[in-house]
Amino acid sequence: MPVSLSGFLTDPASQQVLIVSRLPRTLAALLAGAALAVTGQIMQILARNRFVEPMTAGAGQSAALGILIASVFFPASAIWAKMGISALTTLIGSAGLLLLIRPLPPTQPLLVPLVALVYGGVIGAVVTFFAYQGDMMQFLGSWLTGELSGVLQGRYELLWGAAAAAGVTWLIADRITVLSLGQDAAKGLGLNVALVSGLGLAAISVTTAMVVVTLGAIPFVGLVIPNIIARRMGDNLRRALPVAALSGAGLVLVGDMLGRVLRAPFEIPVASLVGIAGAVVFLALLYSEPRRG
Amino acid sequence: MIRLSGVNHFIGGTQILHDISLELPKGGITALIGPNGAGKSTLLSLIARLTPLKQGEITVDTLKIGACADRDLAKVLAIMAQSTHVSARLRVRELVSFGRYPWHRGRPTAADDALIEAALARFELLEIGDRFLDEVSGGQRQRAFVAMAFAQDTDYLLLDEPLNNLDIAGARGLMRLLREMADNDGKTILIVLHDINYAAAFADRIVALKQGRIAALGTPAEVVSNSLLRDVFGTDAEISHIDGRPFVMV
Repeated sequence: MPVSLSGFLTDPASQQVLIVSRLPRTLAALLAGAALAVTGQIMQILARNRFVEPMTAGAGQSAALGILIASVFFPASAIWAKMGISALTTLIGSAGLLLLIRPLPPTQPLLVPLVALVYGGVIGAVVTFFAYQGDMMQFLGSWLTGELSGVLQGRYELLWGAAAAAGVTWLIADRITVLSLGQDAAKGLGLNVALVSGLGLAAISVTTAMVVVTLGAIPFVGLVIPNIIARRMGDNLRRALPVAALSGAGLVLVGDMLGRVLRAPFEIPVASLVGIAGAVVFLALLYSEPRRG
Repeated sequence: MIRLSGVNHFIGGTQILHDISLELPKGGITALIGPNGAGKSTLLSLIARLTPLKQGEITVDTLKIGACADRDLAKVLAIMAQSTHVSARLRVRELVSFGRYPWHRGRPTAADDALIEAALARFELLEIGDRFLDEVSGGQRQRAFVAMAFAQDTDYLLLDEPLNNLDIAGARGLMRLLREMADNDGKTILIVLHDINYAAAFADRIVALKQGRIAALGTPAEVVSNSLLRDVFGTDAEISHIDGRPFVMV
């Protein structure tokens, strides 16, 4: 239903559309984008690698696995309970990746994203297998391809939690930045490496799980935004995280708007649009990476 | 004073350090030398609690390694590890500012900022303070890491092969800065060096390790001898003396 500015002022039905559907959808795009960009940047510090982001590196797939487990074994459970189980599997999945890439040599920076992609692919395959067995393939699509057409008042509010979890990391931004110096240097500065890594990982997991539960996976936001910001202003997270949040919010909002306009009245999922744009930018970043070899 | 007694260390069943007991008095530069695999870096990282101590006892002043809190030791002892790979893109000034972390724990004060600027000035980094680490030369980068350790404002400073990848100007410049820190600021410096001549030229004391045991200990003139080169390093280079300091003819 079209909503005009004048209609909003006079027509109660228009007002209702705006408040129940349009406003939540806009807020959902902004919140998810901000949270994804922030946690992408944190993931890159924890993994000590520029080219990983939670959605494609196992966290997104682990989140889907969690929802699948929750839907199969506890089908009557509330959405927040599903979110909790999903956050837990995401935490395990992300921690697994960090353990897996730890022995990789820092001199080969492209090994980490490769391993991460394979890892994410393996978990994704497991999820697909069980979804197929459980006749839940149609749900799987909605978890793995994020889109905002289903967002209504009352069905997106978890994303405030995602944004809050991402926002909390700003409070320990300095500590997370210190981690980028390496475990030894961080410990030498008296940093509690395990605690700070754990908090960062928890923020990543909660955020990813909430976004996947509410919208589905949206890839590349957490990859492209932090990379561009690192080039422009560096990785001092205290300064970079607010910029990442704003940029991520803008990217998902624009992606969603384009998705609604390009093939109207049909919609292209925001995950597909951002994915295509993100893949191109990612390739460009890979080929223009000037430093480290 | 750094005191080690009865330190043994194993990595995967192989004994890396054998019953090391050592006292390093406060002040001056001590160089840790020895052939590859002698256990120098392991010893350093045990003292800096980067590797957990399993057997033996190490104390730094009154702090007992393994028992004291990381943050307390971070105010007394700074370590510059061998690998200074930074995954994030940081500016030189930002890197140096992290040296203050043990003191302000994320809430820097004006006093911290002043100390950071002083460290930048001291290590001639003011002009490149706003450049990214991947945009400066190897020597400048290494100086930035030492400046960070200096900004940590600790009595003890441990460095693991800081001269790696430095040209002769960079290496001499760095060693002179360390000498200055020992002489003017009263820092106690323990440094792992690969090149005996740098150790002989700049250190007050040399500790030579061989296969996890202390092979020699003393002033450069006492330690650097033909027998050291033969028994510890397995080579028979000649030694000459310049101004009373030994010098290995390579």
